[in-house]
Amino acid sequence: MYRSPDMAKVFIYPATSLILSDLVARFGHTPLSSATAIRERIQTAGLESPPLQITPEEPKKGLKWAAVEVPAGVRGRMSLYGPMIGECDAAIIVNDADLAFGCMGCARTNELVKFLLHQKDIPKLELNYPANEEGGVKFVAAIKRFLTDLGASK
Amino acid sequence: MTGYNPAHVGTVTKYVVVESFDVTPADLALRAYEISQGVMIKETCFGIVMNGKEEEVDRIVAELRMLDPDHIFIKDRGFPPGDPRRCRANLGGARPGYNAMELEMTLIPYISHGLEELKNRNENSIPAPENPLEHKTLDINKLKKLIDVQES
Repeated sequence: MYRSPDMAKVFIYPATSLILSDLVARFGHTPLSSATAIRERIQTAGLESPPLQITPEEPKKGLKWAAVEVPAGVRGRMSLYGPMIGECDAAIIVNDADLAFGCMGCARTNELVKFLLHQKDIPKLELNYPANEEGGVKFVAAIKRFLTDLGASK
Repeated sequence: MTGYNPAHVGTVTKYVVVESFDVTPADLALRAYEISQGVMIKETCFGIVMNGKEEEVDRIVAELRMLDPDHIFIKDRGFPPGDPRRCRANLGGARPGYNAMELEMTLIPYISHGLEELKNRNENSIPAPENPLEHKTLDINKLKKLIDVQES
């Protein structure tokens, strides 16, 4: 995709969110989602490691973000999210996303992803999903305002 | 371990999800077929999945969005359509990842309403939603009301 200089890379949390991915792209920026990280792996030749082509190399790469005693599941996942957190210019975080639940691997990775985003000195927007139509208006307006300001500051 | 030779290298896959009173997945698929050149299109219950060269997919996506801009939502997908590692034809049950999309589909009407409203209202005139990280102190009037209710 062509990226104009005023387009920012925006990390979305949950990283699989359809709503956030769409709104970021709709308002002129690039969403960093787990799909792009997975696509990179499944389009790269190497050793067969279904279903996600996460090879034994990924937990090693994950050592950059989590210590060796942290379960391999967290480190493997961090090898997907870590580079994106490193390159993002901004982040939109939805805090009450029920879809971002999971086993210890997912849950701890989610905690670590949020922690790393909060540590990073970038513009961040913290939200909850809307529960009604008026909430929807506020939700979309907040995201539009955030992304417009982001474009202006780039 | 065996070697892995990926298929569809250099392509992108996108979901086009429709939640509209006027446009159905079949309409989307038909329109996509009309304007596509060498793009793989699969119609699903929630919209379509497209795989092809990035520029071509982006062009079609932009065209499809125009059918009903506030009710069509698009996101990237890692796997191509029908991939045996993900397709429910091989695995049975819901496709991994569908449950998350299903949950967000229940919220999409609110988002669509928000997008429609923003056409007539300036986003700066709309108050910000509550910050979920803010821990609010209990309002004294609310506390008084709670005490009154308890005592009565």
